[in-house]
Amino acid sequence: MTGTQIIFLIVALFTLGSALMVVTTRNLIHAALWLVSTLFGVAVIYALLNAGFMAVVQVVVYIGAIAILFIFAVMLTRKDLRDNTPQMNKNWWAGALIAVLTFGGLVFTLQGWSGFSKTAAAVPSGFDAISQLGDQLTSPAAYVLPFEVASVLLLAALVGAVYIAFNKK
Amino acid sequence: MIPLSWYLILAAALFGIGLFGVLVRRNAVAILLGVELMLNAVNINLVSFWRYGDVTSMAGQVFAVIVFAVAAAEVSVGLALVISVYRRRNTVIADELDLLKW
Amino acid sequence: MTHEFVTSLVWLIPLPPLLAFALIVLFTNKNKALSHTVAISAAFLSWLGAMIVFYNAVKTEHFGEHPFASAVNWLPTGETWLKVGVLIDPLSAAVLFFVGWTVLMIFIYSVGYHNYGQPAGDHDHAGLPPHGATVEEHGHKHVVPSIEPMYSRFFAFIGLFAFGMYTLVVSDNLLTLFVGWEIMGLCSYLLIGFWYGKPSARNAAMKAFMTTRIGDVFMLIGISFLYYATGTLSYREIFTEETLHVLASVPSGVFGLSAAGLIAILLFIGTIGKSAQFPLHVWLPDAMEGPTPVSAMIHAATMVSAGVYAVIRMFPLLTAGWHEGAPLTSAMTFVAFIGAFTAIFAATIAVAQNDIKRVLAYSTISQLGFMIAAIGMGAYIAAVFHLITHAFFKALLFLGSGSVIHGMEHGVLHTGNHSVDPQDMFNMGGLRKKMPVTFWTFLIGGFALSGFPLVTAGFWSKDEILADAFANGHLAIFITLAVAAFMTAFYTMRQITLTFLGEARTKEAEHAQENKWTMTAPLVVLSFFAVTYGWVGIPEHFPLLGGLVPNWFHEFVGGTLAEHPPVLEFNIVPLLTSLVVALGGLALGWFVYKDIKSPAEDKLQIPFLKNKYYFDEAYEVLFIKPAVWFSEVFVSKWMDKGFIDGILHLFGPATGGVGSAIRNYFDLPVINQFLGDGSADVTWWVGKNLRPIQTGRIQQYLILSLVVLFVVGGLLYFLLLA
Repeated sequence: MTGTQIIFLIVALFTLGSALMVVTTRNLIHAALWLVSTLFGVAVIYALLNAGFMAVVQVVVYIGAIAILFIFAVMLTRKDLRDNTPQMNKNWWAGALIAVLTFGGLVFTLQGWSGFSKTAAAVPSGFDAISQLGDQLTSPAAYVLPFEVASVLLLAALVGAVYIAFNKK
Repeated sequence: MIPLSWYLILAAALFGIGLFGVLVRRNAVAILLGVELMLNAVNINLVSFWRYGDVTSMAGQVFAVIVFAVAAAEVSVGLALVISVYRRRNTVIADELDLLKW
Repeated sequence: MTHEFVTSLVWLIPLPPLLAFALIVLFTNKNKALSHTVAISAAFLSWLGAMIVFYNAVKTEHFGEHPFASAVNWLPTGETWLKVGVLIDPLSAAVLFFVGWTVLMIFIYSVGYHNYGQPAGDHDHAGLPPHGATVEEHGHKHVVPSIEPMYSRFFAFIGLFAFGMYTLVVSDNLLTLFVGWEIMGLCSYLLIGFWYGKPSARNAAMKAFMTTRIGDVFMLIGISFLYYATGTLSYREIFTEETLHVLASVPSGVFGLSAAGLIAILLFIGTIGKSAQFPLHVWLPDAMEGPTPVSAMIHAATMVSAGVYAVIRMFPLLTAGWHEGAPLTSAMTFVAFIGAFTAIFAATIAVAQNDIKRVLAYSTISQLGFMIAAIGMGAYIAAVFHLITHAFFKALLFLGSGSVIHGMEHGVLHTGNHSVDPQDMFNMGGLRKKMPVTFWTFLIGGFALSGFPLVTAGFWSKDEILADAFANGHLAIFITLAVAAFMTAFYTMRQITLTFLGEARTKEAEHAQENKWTMTAPLVVLSFFAVTYGWVGIPEHFPLLGGLVPNWFHEFVGGTLAEHPPVLEFNIVPLLTSLVVALGGLALGWFVYKDIKSPAEDKLQIPFLKNKYYFDEAYEVLFIKPAVWFSEVFVSKWMDKGFIDGILHLFGPATGGVGSAIRNYFDLPVINQFLGDGSADVTWWVGKNLRPIQTGRIQQYLILSLVVLFVVGGLLYFLLLA
């Protein structure tokens, strides 16, 4: 067991633990905060995967924007300030079963794949992932179109969200 | 060192947990939290496949970036809808929003 | 005229009356004058044909050996043909002669009888006798006889009848004889019931038809048996030596008769019916309901004579195995017995009858008995002779009685008293002054019937029968017929005395009138024959007169048979007997009745005789009531309405039951409830139970879809990939 593996295990457990807390805690603010910790864990995973840009973007976008948005939403939709109602609906065992089955099915399917246990190749020296990423995102020969479409999508989402949540009175 | 399978198992577990949250939580906002978890699991998958495949080809990362954008858009619109519904129906309990039937 | 021409003419003789019938029925019904013209012209044409044929027959030497005969193949019967055709041998030539004359005379008489030229009646109805019309004459009202409303119909029917009679006479085989026989039976029914509005006429018509039918059935059995035994129905083929010999020797198994005897008896039963012999005599007196020309023609001259003609025709068959001088065969004995018995039986009834036509009816039955007794004894010539003379004088008597009734009706119309019966002799009297022609002709006819010596035809024919009976030793028959002849003379004179002699007993008789020439001329013509016809058959050995003129009749008609009948030796006994009974009967009748004024004084009004020995009542109880019971109760009520309708009535409820069973046990529970309502209920139940799935809650939808995904995915994986 190398150090990287130990770190990975710690981070993985942390992430999964936080995720479990997200879906089980009663207090929704707590759930949102647990989400924040999960996202942090995911960012570390990205870093372990040598995807530094992704890690940073994860923190900035997901934690900085999306998680905050969740907290706002929770606050705006509270009937009373105490959450003492059960947070799981009555079919929670069906959901649990399905979740377990899904996990099991995914793993089962994947382990039949030959490349399931391969190890990472070394990153070539002088390989600048970020500039490469930037290049790919803006090059007409590459993925500039999806990039632009994604920005339009964001615009649409922005307009839509504003419109939907607009308080007319 | 770290085999790909660990990352994939991690992503699968995260995905399962997120799925559990979607199916089980009463509050609509909590459901969206679960969705977020699932999207993150997907992203982990994508990036690990990029790292453990051809590193020079940025397709994996690009895909992950687009997923980010989509996730953000979806969360914003979803939460806007939840807020709008809350204003109208004065509830965010998913079980009480049951007009999508005969 | 060649032999062939005359033979072809014979085919045509029956046709004019048939044509007249068709024309009157189809076209000239409304026009009375045209109808009687058509009818009388037809009768005249047939008469002309008959006279031509008769003349040629008489002219031909040994006519019996080459008669006018012609036949055609008619019915194919396997290898052979059944032939029908015409045959005029001496017998049918003689019969044709009297048929032609009597038919023509009666047709002419009918014009006057039915009051042609008179106005239509006041309230005359088709179906009832005419009742008089009121006319204005010289200032005061007068009721005169009115014309018969169904005038044309009468001529149509007698035309059809004449066709039937001619067919019977000219035919050469039993089949067409039977056809003519039946046509006459039909016309008898139609004409007796001519005034169908009268219930008595309707009943009389049915009675006549039914009674003769009984005879006809046996006759048909006889014809069938004959055909079966010989394979032919033509006279000339049956009456060959070999055929007769075979028929006479083969026993038939019935009453010990030979085949010939049995056939002859069966055919004779037809005659018993048709010629009103005992026991089927009951219809003839009732048949007087018909108009008098009908009584004259059908029931005196032609139809009843047809019965006797049929027996005479079958003489070779009846006498097969017998020869002159031998004892009679059982068949012949039976025939002779019936004839003799009927002769005396009917005569005893006739003396107690008061209706002028009834007396003549019973007289006819009695005289037919004479003829049949003659045939039964084997006296061929005598029977034919009496047949012909009887036709003439009986037709004469009936027409005369019709004339009397007509005159009396005139009186009734004059006085207006319709309760007086114009046919009752006790209402008459003194009519010799009022109706002279009728009187003299009736007298001639009556004397002929009684057998008044020498100058009347009846004497010669009746004497011949008695002579035959005596000469062959049939004393029982001789005495019976002699007594019957005595009674005949007696009641005839009774009739003449009551009707014509003495003084009028009622006002109606006082106002009687003689009739027109259309009625009196035929009387005169017939009386001529009634007088003279006897002289063609004067026996050879008769004292004084015999031998002066040859016995043409014996020669001519005798030629019909294969063996010429022998000429009888003269015997004084029968001649004396005839004279005594005839003159004695006439004298006694005049003497007793010249002073009797009312039925109360008549000692012979014995109820037993007056009511015809209660035979009608006996038949009613023995036959008619059971038959009516059988048809009304057994067949109609029990079998038809009860049994057959019962079965049919079961079908309705049965079908209803089946239908309702199907409805209640299959349609409603299975089809309606189980399949129909059941499927609806199942659908509703499935829907009701599936509906809760749609909760509207997306989490549950998600769970459901994931479950399905897993199931399908698992199935696919494990079935396809593993």
